Amino acid sequence: MAFFEGKNMTGGYGKGPDVINSCTVNVERGEIVSILGPNGAGKSTAMKAMLGLLNLKSGSVIIDGKDISKLSPQDRVKEGISFVPQTKNVFAGMTVEENLEMGAFLINQDYSKVTDEIYNLFPILSEKRKQFVGELSGGQRQQVALGRALMIKPSVLMLDEPTAGVSPIVMDELFDHIIKVKKTNVAILMVEQNAKQALNISDRGYVLVTGENRYSGTGKELLNDPRVRSSFLGG
Amino acid sequence: MDFLNALILLLNYIFVPALAYGSQLAIGAIFVTLIYGILRFANFATGDMMSFGTMVAILFTWYFQSIGLTLGFLPTALIAIPFAILFMGLYMLIIDKFVFKYYRQNKSPPVQLAMVSIGVMFVTQAVVRIIIGPSDRRFFDGEKFLIRANEFKEITGLNEGLAIKSTQVITIVVTIILVSTLFWFLNKTKTGKSMRAYSDNEDLALLSGIDPKKIVMITWMIAAILATIGGVLYGLDKSFKPFTYFNNMLPIFAAAIVGGIGNPFGAFLGGYVIAFSEILLTYAYKKFFIYVLPESMEPDGLIQLLSTDYKFAVSFSILVIVLLYRPSGIFKGKIL
Amino acid sequence: MRKNLNVITAYSIMMGLIILVGIFQSWNIALSIFNLCLISAVMTMGANIQWGYAGLINFGIMGFTALGGLAAVLISVNPVQEAWSAGGTNILFSLFLVIGIVLAVRFVLKRYQKSKIRNYIIAAIIISGIIIIRFVSEPGIEAIEEVNPARTGFLGGLGLPIIFSWIVGAFFAGGLAFVIGKVALGLRADYLAIATLLISEIVIAIIKHEDWLTRGVKNVIGLKRPAPYEVNLQETDWFINLVEKFNSGKLALISDLSERQAALNQFVIEGSSVFVKLCYSGLFLVVVIILLILTQKALYSPWGRMMRAIRDNEEAANAMGKNVVKQHLLIFVLGSAIVGIAGAMLVTQDGLFTPGSYRPLRYTFLIWVMVIVGGSGNNFGAILGGFVVWFLWIEAAPIGLYLVNLTTAGLEDTHFLKVHLIESVPYFRFLMMGIGLLLIMRYRPKGILPEKIEIK
Repeated sequence: MAFFEGKNMTGGYGKGPDVINSCTVNVERGEIVSILGPNGAGKSTAMKAMLGLLNLKSGSVIIDGKDISKLSPQDRVKEGISFVPQTKNVFAGMTVEENLEMGAFLINQDYSKVTDEIYNLFPILSEKRKQFVGELSGGQRQQVALGRALMIKPSVLMLDEPTAGVSPIVMDELFDHIIKVKKTNVAILMVEQNAKQALNISDRGYVLVTGENRYSGTGKELLNDPRVRSSFLGG
Repeated sequence: MDFLNALILLLNYIFVPALAYGSQLAIGAIFVTLIYGILRFANFATGDMMSFGTMVAILFTWYFQSIGLTLGFLPTALIAIPFAILFMGLYMLIIDKFVFKYYRQNKSPPVQLAMVSIGVMFVTQAVVRIIIGPSDRRFFDGEKFLIRANEFKEITGLNEGLAIKSTQVITIVVTIILVSTLFWFLNKTKTGKSMRAYSDNEDLALLSGIDPKKIVMITWMIAAILATIGGVLYGLDKSFKPFTYFNNMLPIFAAAIVGGIGNPFGAFLGGYVIAFSEILLTYAYKKFFIYVLPESMEPDGLIQLLSTDYKFAVSFSILVIVLLYRPSGIFKGKIL
Repeated sequence: MRKNLNVITAYSIMMGLIILVGIFQSWNIALSIFNLCLISAVMTMGANIQWGYAGLINFGIMGFTALGGLAAVLISVNPVQEAWSAGGTNILFSLFLVIGIVLAVRFVLKRYQKSKIRNYIIAAIIISGIIIIRFVSEPGIEAIEEVNPARTGFLGGLGLPIIFSWIVGAFFAGGLAFVIGKVALGLRADYLAIATLLISEIVIAIIKHEDWLTRGVKNVIGLKRPAPYEVNLQETDWFINLVEKFNSGKLALISDLSERQAALNQFVIEGSSVFVKLCYSGLFLVVVIILLILTQKALYSPWGRMMRAIRDNEEAANAMGKNVVKQHLLIFVLGSAIVGIAGAMLVTQDGLFTPGSYRPLRYTFLIWVMVIVGGSGNNFGAILGGFVVWFLWIEAAPIGLYLVNLTTAGLEDTHFLKVHLIESVPYFRFLMMGIGLLLIMRYRPKGILPEKIEIK
């Protein structure tokens, strides 16, 4: 039994058609798992289903042996699941410090130690803690987004295309940060477009096609699998 | 000496009145901007909500006066304010529950909510007129002037008098206290910050565990405080008339947009921008120039840029210019 | 067919209500309600074109109505020769100056790149222009306003039949709409609403305070009519005969000859005002029907389809090569022009122009209630909205009085609550409008007669 698992999930948005079909994704603590696949394969949907942003018709979501399929997203946050959306993932009109504070909204005791840890993880944020996030660069913003999500000391961190729209150099830097986060014993699940780079740092990966699991395996296996290479990695 | 006279003239006819009027507009504009930033619609019931709060305050003032409870040289209305805020808040929450909540939950476009607020405007207008009637009410009591023009002339020996009404001082003092408390709340407290977060990025605020119901409720409570105090201050300084309050909505909107709608600090400054430009552009400077210029150059006309009839038009023109060149307002909007 | 049935039923009920008013109150009241219903219907058609066809919010209805009214004055009033000779040249010269400023600004805009300096130049042109105009026009204005201020004190108009003003009013309103549209149509929906609301207030401020043009708050009374005057009718033989024939049954019951003559006179007086109102009804009905045919034709034309496409998905329409900005401007001008017609009709029927009476509640928000209640996007709905809402607006007071009497029946006539409520009866109309609007928006958001075209 994996630490965090979405089992045989089937569902879609509102009354629309099913976007994911009997899709299974799981992740252990201290592991990075990527969900890959072509456009419209239901990668983000699978992740949102695990977060509770859409209603499942069947299947279940389990964390640490506990079924959370019926909980609202807010309640899942309380279970230690953090999510970084692809866009609009920071409070642009607030300072770095305030962004982190909002991340810790649900924590009622002193969280200054957590803040310090995050500043250690992302030193640049410590420098700019009084600046408005709207004024920061794209890469720095992504760090703020990660930092905000880490404030509740999550056991699971879900990232929706963390490197979308940033330059290759910043992308490498971000992946480095994600590896650092993983080392703090967090389970990381991410959806990525930059499949090669993502698989390079992933322990495992899933390839979804039309909402179903097509291939899965360790990062290396998938990278070397000729079928995966030819269809998704550009040869 | 002439220079001092000229200065006092400007203080008396421009600076002090504009500061008081600007404060009243500023409070209203913060009210508009708060609703726009958090509940995300232009509230066309602004003026009438303010008149509702003022009406309750007037009723309480009359009651206190009838049992002989007064504040001496201060107006009795000041004790009535907390009670009025309570009723105003209750009224707003009831309206929210029966009217606005439905559209918020359905994620209706802002335009639809604005239309709904017109319905609320009609209803509130009816309620106020049915309870207190449409006529002009004065409810000010206590000492009228802090300094009278004559007294000032005697003390200083100048030709020009400076009259400061106590309502003007009350307006400015209350505004300073109210606005600084509000900014402290928004910038320093956890609840205030979560309101700003909600205004900034609703989805992410939900993902961070911020409770939208609580935010909405607190927003209405703050709105009730602002609407009531803003309305009462205006009523004390001038007088209470439901129709005037409805019309005041227009310069208040202008102030909120000029300051950048969604930005309370901008709205605050916007109030003064509107008030000062209205008064500066419609004041007749003849006397001022008589003091300042040598006798040979004394002006013939009134030296008035625009007739006072165009007072409102001035603020609306400013708004139109701002919308054209900087639709986000002078102080950049959409950030609470 | 079933849907047409809805329309027919709704309109029959409406006409039935008006006829009931005629029977129980008086035909005079019924007809004046009916006439204003027709005018309201024209206004709602204008607003509906903008909102229902294109999704544009125009909260400046009041301004366009007032401009239509102004057109009625400027067309029908005889020119005041003295005023023209006193200050006409100054005014004309100022007019040329205004045109000069506009041309200069246009020239600068076209000639130079967008820059700070360009903005300063434009500002300088406008400000210095305004100062020069003030100097030029001031003596003229003073002279004009001194010409017999109790009766004229303004330039007067062209002295043409007032009916022309319906077209001119449309041009006035359309012209203003063109300027506003150029400036404000790029704004977000709620900004546009606020901007148009405030601009219409500016228009009213100008009309109220430029006495040389409009007599301002002194009002213009006794405008020419396109219909006969009651006094003349009462002395015309064919009319008296007509009334006599009409009431022959009642008259026959009276045996005394002088009493009979008195009764006939009474009937003639009543009949004359009913007849005049009927004349207006006929004229207004013609306008409503012409506009209805045109708007319906437009709605079902390729152009109408394009407008709905733009309304429902601006980006997609834009991507398909439709010039959204241009179409929005066009429809804003057309809708406003229709409102301008209504404004001129209103002044025509009242026979007087009172700038002080233009208030946003009555001329902007009430019209919007009509559009929403009737059914936006559907011309029949919009017209019905105009009828229903205006009917309620007028009849709210009697209905309110009835309700107050019913609910306070147990109280004595002098009880303070009852007295207070009866005094407040006029304000029940606001309550009724508000609650009506809220209920419709909640439970029938597409109005009584929803838009019929289904987009598949």
